[in-house]
Amino acid sequence: MTWSEMQPLLEQACWDTLYMVGWSTLIAVVGGLPLGILLVLTDRGGLLQNVVANKVIGQIVNIARSLPFIILMVALMTFTRWITGTTIGREAAIVPLAVGAIPFFARLVETAVREVDHGLVEAVQAMGGNTWTVVRKVLVPESLPSLISSTTTTVVALIGYSAMAGTVGAGGLGDIAIRYGYQRFETQMMWITVAILAVVISVIQFAGDYAARSLHRRGAHSGPAPKLRLLKAAS
Amino acid sequence: MHLCPGTPTPAHSTVTETHVITTTDLTKVYRSRGREVTALDGVDLHVREGEVYGVIGQSGAGKSSLIRCVNLLERPTSGTVTVAGQDLTALAGRGSRAGRELRQARSRIGMVFQHFNLLSSRTVQDNVELPLEILGKSGGERSRKALELLDLVGLADKAGAYPAQLSGGQKQRVGIARALAGDPKVLLSDEATSALDPETTRSILALLRDLNRQLGLTVLLITHEMDVVKSVCDSAALMENGRIVESGTVSELLATPGSELAAALFPLDGEASGEDRTVVDVTFQGESATQPVISQLARTYNIDISILGAAIDTVGGLQVGRMRIELPGRYEDNVVPIGFLREKGLQIDVPGHESVLVKEGAQ
Ligand SMILES: Nc1ncnc2c1ncn2[C@@H]1O[C@H](COP(=O)(O)OP(=O)(O)OP(=O)(O)O)[C@@H](O)[C@H]1O
Ligand SMILES: [Mg+2]
Repeated sequence: MTWSEMQPLLEQACWDTLYMVGWSTLIAVVGGLPLGILLVLTDRGGLLQNVVANKVIGQIVNIARSLPFIILMVALMTFTRWITGTTIGREAAIVPLAVGAIPFFARLVETAVREVDHGLVEAVQAMGGNTWTVVRKVLVPESLPSLISSTTTTVVALIGYSAMAGTVGAGGLGDIAIRYGYQRFETQMMWITVAILAVVISVIQFAGDYAARSLHRRGAHSGPAPKLRLLKAAS
Repeated sequence: MHLCPGTPTPAHSTVTETHVITTTDLTKVYRSRGREVTALDGVDLHVREGEVYGVIGQSGAGKSSLIRCVNLLERPTSGTVTVAGQDLTALAGRGSRAGRELRQARSRIGMVFQHFNLLSSRTVQDNVELPLEILGKSGGERSRKALELLDLVGLADKAGAYPAQLSGGQKQRVGIARALAGDPKVLLSDEATSALDPETTRSILALLRDLNRQLGLTVLLITHEMDVVKSVCDSAALMENGRIVESGTVSELLATPGSELAAALFPLDGEASGEDRTVVDVTFQGESATQPVISQLARTYNIDISILGAAIDTVGGLQVGRMRIELPGRYEDNVVPIGFLREKGLQIDVPGHESVLVKEGAQ
């Protein structure tokens, strides 16, 4: 294959990946953030303590998280058709990607929010704040650096999952690598795809870590700042 | 108004006879995993308007439980809490969540914490504005009030800094400014100086004292350090095992024979030099401090008095003197001279004979 043959394919694949990962991340954050916060609030000793709700949400999240993505995708076919009207293509891939990423992100949010010092929650309660105030003014802003790191982790995981979305004709970089590299032995095409993926993931990880660190730096967190995972030398 | 540690404070106390915080038969039992811990066991607390009231006790005595019950951060198991005439326990409702009325009442009670509890994601000014945001104040009003309060605690130049950039003492000043944002009548302080060094502790206590005097703020503070009580409190209570075992104004406590608090506030030592000798602790307050009673005693009864130890100190703004003297002969032989001292208006403690004295005092 010549470069002029490959270029449009790669460009299209990049856009497809970006499209799928972008939308599913957005949905994962919108769905996973409240879910993760709810997991903390309903827990024993939480502001909205409700052991039953906590157990139920926790179980659903655990089951959804432990299913392999490819199975989730098949299992959700009916649901996907109901939402998007089809089971193939980019839009159809977004549904299982998002459904898989919501519980994944929710657990990360739960961990991040649990780290917030309970003293801050009490301070706001002592000022007369209600639960919503605590969420808005304390839990989210105080865990923001960790939440950003969690989002980065989710995006990277979603790029991985999206490779499998090729099986429902959604396109994307992973799909190209499988179709050309594995099925047609176009090794050059595969290596270019791998290189692009590596660059994309590094850039996302770097940007995420940078954002988290710059927020963290001004904060009074006693723990160490989150480490740069890919670019340790830059620190 | 700019208050600094060195600023002279008006000496006039603002204490009135109105009780601004009252707890009645307050109990708190923690239940966790089948185990029960009684942290408060029938506490009656009366804090007068405008005073600095210290609650002291050992770790686990229930001090934090008590102060947290005052603004119902902790729901009492039984008993009532009244703050500024409002029965908070009646507002609390049944569920575990704080209803609207309770939240409004809390916004009128300031609280400062041992570990400051400032939001690291907000600047100093934004931290002070937080209670005002909760009260729904407009942006202009919030920043005006916040800057005014930061000026009051001497941190006007740190408005844009983040808590991480401040020293412990500065963080606590921000905590105090924040606690004052809702114009509270009452300030609760749970070990506000326990994370600070002695020098900073003094300046924070001086600030609390100044706020108390200048704003007429009632302060209920919890501490395990006697020095804190000694330097700022008008009244104090001693807690043991969830009960208040002694309480009163500092001068009442010093005038109470056998008071543990008085002894701790003003320790004296010196051992009897022999079996047939009686050790007597004499406490002078106000008028009595100026009379030459010891020499009168020696002349009247023709006895030799040795002084084992003596000190003069300021406790809660009062000049107090204490002296430990030794009289020849056993306690039974000294009933008359001791009676003479008591007639002179002095407070007499005979170590080892407390019970006898309390009985005599009651007659
Ligand atoms: N949330 C809780 N659950 C169970 N037991 C508790 C809880 N909070 C306090 N206790 C218990 O209640 C008792 C009183 O605790 P409290 O914190 O009021 O003591 P304190 O006087 O403030 O002690 P310290 O000086 O160490 O702060 C202790 O035995 C403690 O273990
Ligand atoms: Mg305590």
